[in-house]
Amino acid sequence: MTIFAVFFGTYVWARGQDPELFRASQEHLTQSRAVINTLLLLTSSLCVAAVVQAVRRGATEKARPLLVAALVGGAAFWVVKVVEYSELFGDHLSPATNDFFMYYFILTWLHLLHLLVGMAVLAFLWSLVGRAELTPRQVSYVEAGGCYWHMVDVIWIVLFPLLYLVR
Amino acid sequence: MRRLSAVWAVLVAATLGSWLLGGGHGAAVVAIAFWKVRLVGLYFMELRTAPVPLRVVFEGWVVVTGGTLIALSLA
Repeated sequence: MTIFAVFFGTYVWARGQDPELFRASQEHLTQSRAVINTLLLLTSSLCVAAVVQAVRRGATEKARPLLVAALVGGAAFWVVKVVEYSELFGDHLSPATNDFFMYYFILTWLHLLHLLVGMAVLAFLWSLVGRAELTPRQVSYVEAGGCYWHMVDVIWIVLFPLLYLVR
Repeated sequence: MRRLSAVWAVLVAATLGSWLLGGGHGAAVVAIAFWKVRLVGLYFMELRTAPVPLRVVFEGWVVVTGGTLIALSLA
């Protein structure tokens, strides 16, 4: 989280160095898509928070559908991002184009990697919650895994306005 | 679950609100984002009922990171 905080700060500072370049570059991004992505992660976080509650009160049968929903949200986020990257590459934009795009691609790519790890964690939790009863240790795995997912959501909640909204 | 859904609705509203507010209000949009982060931490990550040190670290991150970004946005 500290590393991402430093990245955020570096980005905002770099934007201050050349606001015109950043503003012009941001015209290539589609805000509505990023809004959809934010809503996808917020909804999948809601599902994960509900998983933790369900597991804690012994309703493990509710956990799996919620985890699947969260995973679908994560996968949908990836799809939207891939579409976005494809469009940018199609316009011959890449991390090498200018400073804005360097930050944009690196930050979103790092986030995507963490999202992928998060999806693997959710898949592991799915395998865990199949049984009727979980041990206290297993419950704590669900809580920790859930927190990791929320952190992925939090990173995006900050990236969204920084990259797409602030001009 | 009801409380979680209510928090989710607020987060969605804040997201749409930031989008409508748009680019000219950079500092406000960043501030809203960090308020959203707090909601996720306090309600989804259950920090409201967590041991105080955990909550302090989280709130500290929000204040320091958010504050720095808002200051940089205004500069």
